[in-house]
Amino acid sequence: MIVMENICKTYRVQRRSAGIKEACRSLFCRDYEYIHALDNVSFTIHDGEMIGYMGPNGAGKSSTIKILSGILVPDSGKCEIDGLTPWKNRVAHVSRIGVVFGQRSQLWWDIPVIDSFELLRDIYAVPEKRYRENLEELTELLQLSELLKTPTRQLSLGQRMRCEIAAALVHSPSLLFLDEPTIGLDAVSKLAVRDFIRRQNSEHGTTVILTTHDMQDIAAIARRVILIGKGRILLDGTLDDIRREGGADDLEKAAAGLYRKLEIS
Amino acid sequence: MNGTGRVKDMLHLYVHYVSLNVRSAMQHKASFFLQITGQLLTSCTTFLGIYFMFLRFHIVAGYTYSDVLLCFSVVLMQFSLAEMFARGFDTFSGMVRRGEFDRILVRPRGEVLQVLGSKFELTRIGRLLQAVIVFVYGVFAARVHWTALRVLTLVSMLLGGILLFSGLFLVYAAFCFFTLEGLEFMNVFTDGGREYGKYPIDVYGKRMQQFATFIIPYTLVQYYPLQILIGRSDNWVYALYPMGALVFLAACYAFWRFGVRHYTSSGS
Repeated sequence: MIVMENICKTYRVQRRSAGIKEACRSLFCRDYEYIHALDNVSFTIHDGEMIGYMGPNGAGKSSTIKILSGILVPDSGKCEIDGLTPWKNRVAHVSRIGVVFGQRSQLWWDIPVIDSFELLRDIYAVPEKRYRENLEELTELLQLSELLKTPTRQLSLGQRMRCEIAAALVHSPSLLFLDEPTIGLDAVSKLAVRDFIRRQNSEHGTTVILTTHDMQDIAAIARRVILIGKGRILLDGTLDDIRREGGADDLEKAAAGLYRKLEIS
Repeated sequence: MNGTGRVKDMLHLYVHYVSLNVRSAMQHKASFFLQITGQLLTSCTTFLGIYFMFLRFHIVAGYTYSDVLLCFSVVLMQFSLAEMFARGFDTFSGMVRRGEFDRILVRPRGEVLQVLGSKFELTRIGRLLQAVIVFVYGVFAARVHWTALRVLTLVSMLLGGILLFSGLFLVYAAFCFFTLEGLEFMNVFTDGGREYGKYPIDVYGKRMQQFATFIIPYTLVQYYPLQILIGRSDNWVYALYPMGALVFLAACYAFWRFGVRHYTSSGS
């Protein structure tokens, strides 16, 4: 279970106008601005839930994920995941989570994918037997058998993303973070990825937190949607709530309508 | 897991990392061999510098040609070995910039082990090869008579030097947590340490010697133990001086920990 209570995070950002004069001035005196990336964020997520975490660019999605995955330390507030505080019990916590950053690869570029998987097996100290079983299952469901022996640099984006998702699940995590997992994928790959994630959840009870701008991803995967804007949680409900509040049946339009209505875009 | 089991497990993982690095490097055969050759040749210029210097002057601040060759080659071995193992810290700014440090933090292993493993630079073997050749030449030219103490001194110098330069790379990396600009100044201490370290430090005068003992302890891995190697001293305590680099490394590690706590990841 994930419990976030009144989490706040502020960044200090440097400000200056354009121009050489301003650039010189900033050498000596700098103006800083404080940006409240997260402002009293609270929510509770139960085991086995599938959450769509949405919001416009710069709303605080990444900051939330980074705090939940132990990368960032918040300024104040409480966060417990199965009794562990991510930034205090980093090692114990992260051995139970899987993270897919859609725009960043964790596979070694020049060598076959299977080599990266074997390194992950050693990093997470997965027992050999369980590794074999997991690999077999992932290979079958994501159709990796042809890809495992190929160096990462020779894979297409869709193929690579399937491998990335498998890499995040080699150690059978109970909590999976997906950050834009379908960005840039073709229709077939998108459907395959969505199918797989649903299946992972129903068969292994994996909790899934998905952040994306693709409303179809959210429609296909999430049963509960949390909307964040300007660092605050603005809506926590179902897809129907989004449609009703956004005033449109089409999710894309509803989301856009909602962003405008709440003045967060 | 008990203590030894954990160390064994970490070593096993590190070896796994190294093997992936080597496999990656082998993928590009031509580039691999060109880099080794390049490494071998670039540091030749330093050697030529010493060579021509001694064509003119037969003694520099009391040191003969072969003394300086020994000093130069040992420092070069220290540096290239440190670079081979700790290259991940030397290229750490790119890692932070590309957000790869986030990935390290979401894995259940120590940060240092993962950064070390991320880059094992086998091509530095070129530079190492050159150092070994010069060293062998220096040994013959100086007619070093090998005693147990001298062998011990050499091993100690190499170990201490690797630790010292690794510590410098670690500090270099730790600065990346605070700023990604202007890191060049650290090269004065890393590359500079290698370049100036070709002569025993006392050549540069008393002030420099003090700095290189108490601030960044180059003299501990170079000047003092060298006295044993070139037969100026039989004081066995000098053979232990390089282990002082451990204290320096500990301080560097403390700074690194401070940096990790300060880390705020960039971009989304």
